[in-house]
Formats: sequence, C-alpha cells, structure tokens
Amino acid sequence: MKAAMPLIRAERLVKTYRTGEVEVHAVRGVDFAIESKSFVVFVGPSGSGKTTLLNMIGCLDHPTSGKLTVIDTDVGQLGRRAAANFRGEHIGFVFQDFNLIPVLTVYENIEYPLIMVQDWPEKKRREQVMRLLEAVGMSGQAGKRPDQISGGQKQRVAVARALATNAQLVLADEPTANLDHDTAYRVIELMKKMRDEFGTTFVFSTHDPKIMGAAEVVFTLEDGGISKPSEKALEKAEAVHA
Amino acid sequence: MLNVLKIAVRNLARFGRRTLLTSSLITLGIVGVLLFVAVSGSFKTIMIGQFTDSMLGHLEVHRKGYVASIDSLPLNLNMQPAMVAKVEQALQGMDTVEAYSERIKLGAMFSNFTETTSIRINGVDPAKEIATTPLLPGRLIGEKRAGALLNPGEILIPELIARGMKVKAGDTVVLVATNRDGSVNGKTFTVAGVLQSVSGPSGKDGYITLEDARSLLRMKEAEVSEIAIRLKNPAQLDAVYAQLSKELGAVAGPGTATATGSGDKPASAGGGGGGLEVHTWADLSPFSSIVRMIDLLAVFIKIMMVSIVLIAVMNVMVMAVYERIREIGTISAIGTPPRRILSLFLTEGLLLGAGGAALGTAISLAAIYALNIWKVTVHFGMGQAILLSPAVSVRDIVTIVAMVVIMALLASLQPAWKASRMDPVRALGHV
Repeated sequence: MKAAMPLIRAERLVKTYRTGEVEVHAVRGVDFAIESKSFVVFVGPSGSGKTTLLNMIGCLDHPTSGKLTVIDTDVGQLGRRAAANFRGEHIGFVFQDFNLIPVLTVYENIEYPLIMVQDWPEKKRREQVMRLLEAVGMSGQAGKRPDQISGGQKQRVAVARALATNAQLVLADEPTANLDHDTAYRVIELMKKMRDEFGTTFVFSTHDPKIMGAAEVVFTLEDGGISKPSEKALEKAEAVHA
Repeated sequence: MLNVLKIAVRNLARFGRRTLLTSSLITLGIVGVLLFVAVSGSFKTIMIGQFTDSMLGHLEVHRKGYVASIDSLPLNLNMQPAMVAKVEQALQGMDTVEAYSERIKLGAMFSNFTETTSIRINGVDPAKEIATTPLLPGRLIGEKRAGALLNPGEILIPELIARGMKVKAGDTVVLVATNRDGSVNGKTFTVAGVLQSVSGPSGKDGYITLEDARSLLRMKEAEVSEIAIRLKNPAQLDAVYAQLSKELGAVAGPGTATATGSGDKPASAGGGGGGLEVHTWADLSPFSSIVRMIDLLAVFIKIMMVSIVLIAVMNVMVMAVYERIREIGTISAIGTPPRRILSLFLTEGLLLGAGGAALGTAISLAAIYALNIWKVTVHFGMGQAILLSPAVSVRDIVTIVAMVVIMALLASLQPAWKASRMDPVRALGHV
C-alpha cells in the first residue's frame, strides 16, 4: 500500500541571498516533511532561517535550489500570479504584527479574503464569517476596528482571517512575539483548537521556549540547517494521527 | 467592485485631511476653469452679437480684392448689377438665410458749414439693413422718433462726429464725395439721428439711403459695395459659408470657390478681378483676434488645471502607496491578485478626481447662477455696459470633468502599478 503524500516535503532546500558582494546562506539544504493536520513549530534564534523557510512554504519566496512540494505542487516553479492564486486557494497567513487592515472592521477583515481573493456569494460569506467569529470568540467585537481591540484579540481575528477560505495550511511567523505570555499561550491554544475543529495544518515559528512546548512537531533550525524533530514531538504527532 | 469602492473610500477617509486638501485643490481648479469658460463665453457671445447684429451681419459678400483695399473704399471694386443679381438669386434659394442688405460704402467729407471732417458712409435700404442688423436702431442716442429709421435726404451720423462737430438731430449738413471718374459731388442732408459708436473699423460709420449714395456718387447702374447677410442660426455659419462660397463660385463664371472655414482666409468665387469673395464676421472684425485669445487663454487654464490634478493626485497616491507598503504586503501575501491591488489604488485616485470634480462642478454652477442673479455688467470699448449672462454647456462640463477624471486615473496609474507589482516579502519587512 502506497504511503500518503505529506502535505509539505522539502528536499535539499537551499535559499541564498546576495547582498552586494556578500552571499547569505539563509537555508542550507534542509530536508523535512510535514503531515496534514499536524501542529508544527520551527524554532531557533534570530537569523536561523525560520522566516525564510516559512516564506518559501508560503510561496512568498523561491528556493535557490532543491525541491519544495506543498499540497502536491512544486511551489518553486510557480510564477508570481500563480503563486498568488495558490496562496489565495490553499494557504492562510498569521503575522507577528497581526497585519489587519485598519480601515475594515473585525467582521470585514475576516471577510476580506472571501471577497478580494475568492469570490464567495454574500450569504455563504456571512455564514463563514459568523462561524469563524464564533470559533475564535470574537462575535461580540465584529463591528469594531482593529485599533479598538487588544493585541490578543487582533491575533484571534488574524487566525480567523487565515481560516476564512478553508485553507489547508496556515503559516504563522512569530504569531506570539508581540503578546504577553498568557495571551500568547491562549493564541496557540486557539490555533490548536482550530486545527482540531477545521482539520487545518498549522506551521508556525517562534523563539519562545515556553510556546514551543505546545507544538506537536518541533523542528529546530540553527544557522540555516535543520535538526530532526524531537522524539516527544514525534510521539505527539503520531498520537494526533492515530 | 462595490467592495473595492468601499475599501477605497475608507482609505481616503483614513487620511481625511490630505484627501480634503487634494480634493479642494481639484475643486478650485474646476471652479476656476468653469467660471472662466462661462464668463468668457458669455462675453464672447455678447460681443459677437454686438458686431454681427449692429453692423456687420454674419457674412458679407464682396467683389474679389475689395476687402484687401477696404481702407480706401474703392468704388471701382463695387459689384455690378449682374453680380448682385446672382448673389441675390443664390441667397433667396437658401432657407438658412434670414435677411440680407446691399450696401454702398464710400468715403466723404462731412461739413457743418463751419468745419469739415472725413466720414465713412454706408448707403443702405433701411428696412433691409434693420432686418440684417437688428441692433442698429438700438444704437440711436436720445429720443427715438416715430416712423422710418432713415428717409431719403437724411443721414445718421456717428457719435464721435456729432460731438466733435457739435451736430445734432435736425441739423443740415453737407457730404462731398469723389466719384469713380474723379469728379466731386456734394449733397445736403438732414441729420436724422446720432449713432452710438461700436468698437471696430466700421463702428464709426454714418448711414444714408442707397438712392442718396448712388445720387451722391452719380452712379448710372445699381452697383453695390457689399451684401451683408444675416443667418437664421449663427451656429450654421461655417456650413452656410461653405455653401454660399460654392454656389457663388458656380454662378460667377471662371474659377472654383474654395471654402476654408470662418477663421481662415476668405473663400473666393469666380477667380480673377471679376470674382466674388465671401467673408465671415470673424474675417472682418478685429474682435475675432480677441476671441482667439480668449480661446487660447481657456486652453492654457485647462492645461494648468490638468497639471494641478496630475501633480496633486500623483503626490497623494505615491504617499498612499509608500505609507501602506506593509498593508500591500499583507493583502498580497494572503493571495489578493495583483489586478485587484491595482484596481484598489486606481479607484482611490479616481475617487479623488471624481469627488473634486463633482464638488467643483456644483460650486461652479452655484456661482454661475449667482452671477446671473446679481446681473454683472462689464464696460467694453466706448463705454458700452455689457450685461453678462454666464452659462456653461453640458458639453463643457462633461469635457472638463472627463479631463479631470482621466488625469486622476493616469496620475494614479504609476503608484497603483507599483503597489500591484510589490514583492510581498520585501513589503512585509518594510519598516
């Protein structure tokens, strides 16, 4: 029996930046695989290549060499427009600075990808936004603008926005960096809950050791290289898929 | 599209002061242009009406070469009766012509028995002349007498000569004119009235009847110097000019008429010394140069307005893109297609232009309405008070608003394009 294809597979993935005469090796030939519906974290100090790796998985950046397959697609071969379409179709993003659109309300921020990225009919849109507002516990704040809610609430909205298009994969680059520890933990718990509820794969990065403990699979990055997932993380991942 | 519009409106509202400032600039530009077009248009229409309806008519037919020598009013270039008959025949067959008037123009010495001065005289059929230049009776100064404007043996004199020679209605004066053969003839006239001067070369002319002019010049045949024509609709000037030039060319014998439009050289019909020429009022009046200057000024004002719109909108949109680089990175990262990002910024620029244009048009229309209520008059030439009736056509409004909107779109194009092509990684990392 043929084994199921992982959601993300990286083979000898390399990313090198050139700044003038200087070459920066952000990612040095890493191999990894991430299964569907898993809850994965990339950890490592600043400059270890976490963001670069997430950018490549999210089709925001191209690998210099190696192969990166995301949801059965060799994303290294995608052009600018195709990459945008792929992101809109399959990937949700959660950013460190929340990056909500300031002129839109909480409701409209979640609705945004359904209008501007995918053309959902209004009724279906409303149902989806209400469901997500409920799921992230922001139903009471739907009419507020981002500057009227707290950092933790903003990140909840960002998670809801990332899930709006029923994305299979949500990438979160340092989603808790601008939050206090309690709030950060609640956001991670929320992401986990969303994974359970919607079956979405969550991949995030952090350098906070307390947060990384909440993940089921941990990849440690150091100087562009990746170590194998910890035994504990592997056990957790297996339990999830059991 | 409605959602793009909604987001664009909110983005503009987010930077309310800047949006207001830019819109105000566009509004001011629109108000300036529309008011200039309305007031200068009114001035032009009234002044053209003054010239055509009080002395020139809309078109004039002369013998070829006459206008080139008009300063000396050459009698040897008068139209012969056969030519006049052909012109009349052509005019009677044109339903666009309302009236026409034959004139004999001559230079004469004017004497009040103590002093003498030179005068230009128009010999006219009073009824035909009034039908062709209906404002002529209105130029009479003082009390209007009952009956005909002018009877045989009477003369209407210009205000300048009346004042200078201290002559008034009822006085007897003498006109002495040199005939075509070089002999001199004199004739006494009674002053029937004094005419207010009108700016222009023929605005200081006197009038006698056609019969008196022929008698003074000892003409044996019914020749005329010119035929002035009034059209039913002045807007048909170019079309009638072309038609008349063609018809006169066809009837005048050798040569072919060439119609070149109201602002260009007159068309000649017949060719050679015996042909006919058709002139529009613009060919004969120096005011046509002022009209062209007003039109040129309007073009420059429009160019200035377009520049204001272009610079103002481009400045705002460049700033908008620069200030929202991270936001652009976010919407790009979550999969917003580049064309949607382009349309978002284009819509913002479009709204800026359209908003300013709408407000500017509303203020301009209100100002034009107010100017019509306040009855603004301007003085032009010899103390004539002209009541302005500013008006702006729908065509002008549509043209100017369209110019502004197109310029706003063009000004937004570069910043919008830049936003749509932005690399999401760099944009998200922008500080």
